[in-house]
Amino acid sequence: MNTTQIEEMKGTQDRLRKASRAVRMHALEMVHHSRLGHPGGDLSCADVLVTLYLAVMRIDPKNPQWPDRDRFIMSKGHCSAALYATLAAAAILDETDLKIFMDPLSKLNGHPDRNKVAGVEANTGPLGHGMPIAMGCALAAKMQGSSWRTFVLTGDGELQEGSNWEAAMCAAQYKLDNLVLIVDRNRIQQGDFTENIINMNPMGDKWRAFGWSVVEVDGHDYGELLHVLGSVPAYPGKPTCVIANTIKGRGVSFMENKPEWHHGIPTDVQLAVAIDELMRDGQ
Amino acid sequence: MSVEVAKKAATFDCRDAFASTLAEMAAVDERVCAVVNDSVGSTKLKAFSGRFPKRFVNVGIAEQNMVGASAGLANGGMIPFCCGASCFLMARSMEQVKVDLGYAKNNVKLCGMSSGMAYGELGPTHHSIEDLAWTRVIPNLMVVVPVDPVETRAAMLWARDYVGPVFLRISRMPVPRILPDDFVFEPGKAITLRHGNDVALLANGVLVIRALEAAELLHAQGIEARVLNMSSMAPIDRAAVIAAAKETRGIVTVEEASVYGGLGGAVAEIVADEHPTRVKRLGVPGVFAPTGSAKFLLEYFGLTTHGIQSAAIDLLRTVAAG
Repeated sequence: MNTTQIEEMKGTQDRLRKASRAVRMHALEMVHHSRLGHPGGDLSCADVLVTLYLAVMRIDPKNPQWPDRDRFIMSKGHCSAALYATLAAAAILDETDLKIFMDPLSKLNGHPDRNKVAGVEANTGPLGHGMPIAMGCALAAKMQGSSWRTFVLTGDGELQEGSNWEAAMCAAQYKLDNLVLIVDRNRIQQGDFTENIINMNPMGDKWRAFGWSVVEVDGHDYGELLHVLGSVPAYPGKPTCVIANTIKGRGVSFMENKPEWHHGIPTDVQLAVAIDELMRDGQ
Repeated sequence: MSVEVAKKAATFDCRDAFASTLAEMAAVDERVCAVVNDSVGSTKLKAFSGRFPKRFVNVGIAEQNMVGASAGLANGGMIPFCCGASCFLMARSMEQVKVDLGYAKNNVKLCGMSSGMAYGELGPTHHSIEDLAWTRVIPNLMVVVPVDPVETRAAMLWARDYVGPVFLRISRMPVPRILPDDFVFEPGKAITLRHGNDVALLANGVLVIRALEAAELLHAQGIEARVLNMSSMAPIDRAAVIAAAKETRGIVTVEEASVYGGLGGAVAEIVADEHPTRVKRLGVPGVFAPTGSAKFLLEYFGLTTHGIQSAAIDLLRTVAAG
C-alpha cells in the first residue's frame, strides 16, 4: 500500500469505528426501551455489520430493491436491533425510526420483516433459515449470470441447526463462490458457552470438510474484516466461510463474555454506564 | 363459477400435466426454474432437467434447504417451482413454509406430489393427509388441489403469474379429464360441476369424480345433488359454501385427507359462522391408515362412489328426522 492508500484505509476504519459505536449505542438504547432483545449478540456482530454495509457491499441506499444489489441475510434475526441500527447508519432506514423498536404496531418487529423494513432481505428469527435462503440467492445470481454477491451472518450456536449443513453441502456442490458466510463466533448461546452445550470445534475444519474455503479473522478488527470481505471469494469455485472471532457484549465491560447478557436487559444505571464506556472506547 | 363437465373415459396422472406445463412455461419465461430434493423420478422432471439444466436445482435429500433456497431464488428474481413428494416437502419444511414463504411472502410455488394416500402400501410415513390442515392456516399461502390435468395446467399458469407463495397439491392417482380445455383457474372460486338443491357434495382432488358419480346414483333415486369442485382451498369460496348451506338440506365434504382441518374443517367453520347446517365430513377419520394400495384405502375409508352416495342419504335421513 502506498501512503495515499494507507491514509484511505485509516479513514475508512475511523468511519467504521464511529458507525459501529453508534450502532452499539442505538442497539442498547433500543433494547432498554423495549425491555426485550439480545444485546450480547448485537454488540458482538456490530463491527461485521457496519463493515459490510458501509465499506463492502454494493448497495444503493436510495433504492434498496435495486435488482443487482449485493444481498445480506441476517440469519441471527434475534439481533435485529443491531441490524436496524446498521440500516440507519447506512441511510437505508431513518434513524428516528429506531425509537419505535418493538412498540405496538411498529415496523421494527423483534425479528426483522422484509415486508415492513426496506433493506431487510429475509424474515428471520427461527435459527437456521438464513443459510438456505442465502444459498438460493447465490444460485439465482449464477442462473442469471449476474455479478451481485450474497452475504449471510449466522451465530455460532445457530450452526447447531441442521438446515445450515444442508445448505452448506449444496453450496459447495453448486460451486457458489458468490456466497459468503460470516459466523459470529462469540462462543456463547442462550444457555451457556457453546462448548458447554454442543462443542462447535473445530469449526474451520467442519466447513473445510463441507467444501468451503475458510478464513478466520478478528471480528472486531476493521483492517482484517476489510481485507477478507473485500477479497472474496477466498478461493474461486468455492463458497467462503469467514469465522469472525468476536466477544459477546463487546464494548461494555460488564457484558463482555457473560452468557446472561445473551438477552439480558440493562437497567437505567447499567445503560448509562454502558453508553459512557462506549463513548470512551477507542478514544 | 359453473362449467359443463367434459368427462372423458381415459384417465391421466396429473404429474404428466405438471411436468409438461413446467417445461412449457420455462421455454418462454427465463425466471421459471425447478427445485427438487432428488425427487427427479417422483416429480417426472427428468426431461426438464435435461432441457433446462441451468434452471434445475437438485438440493439433495434436504427439504428445509429446498424450501429456503427457493425463497432465496425468489429473492433473486426467479420463479421457483419447489417440487417433491408432498409428505416430505410439507412436513419436513413446515417452518420454512410458514416463515420463508407465508410470512415473508416469497414468490415460491410448492408442488407437493403424490399427495393424500397415493403412496398407499408404503404406509403413513409416505401419506400426506395432514398437508391441507397445515397449509390452510398459514396467511398469504394460496392452497390449490387440482382436480384433473386441465386444472393442473391452469393452476400452474395462474401460479406463475401470481406474485406470492402457492401450494399445489398434486396426486398421482389416475383421474379422468373433467374440466373443459379452455378452463382458466381463478383462486377463491368453487367450480359448480352439477346443479342441485337437495344435498351438496363438496370435494377436491381425485375424489371429485367419485362425487360426480355419486350424484348420478342419487339422481336415479330422485335426489338432486349439487357438486362443487373445491380446488381452491385457500382462499376458499365462502359464498359458495354459504349458498350450499342455505339452498340445500346438508353438505357432504369429500377429501383424500384428514377430516380434521382440511376441506371438511373449512366448510364446518364457515357454516358454523354463517349458516349452521348439517355437515358430514368424509376423509381419513383421525387415524393412520392401515396397509393397502391407494385404491384399497379409499374403499376402506368409504371414499367411494357408493360411500359418498350412502353418506348423502344418511345425512338427508338425519335432517328429515329432525
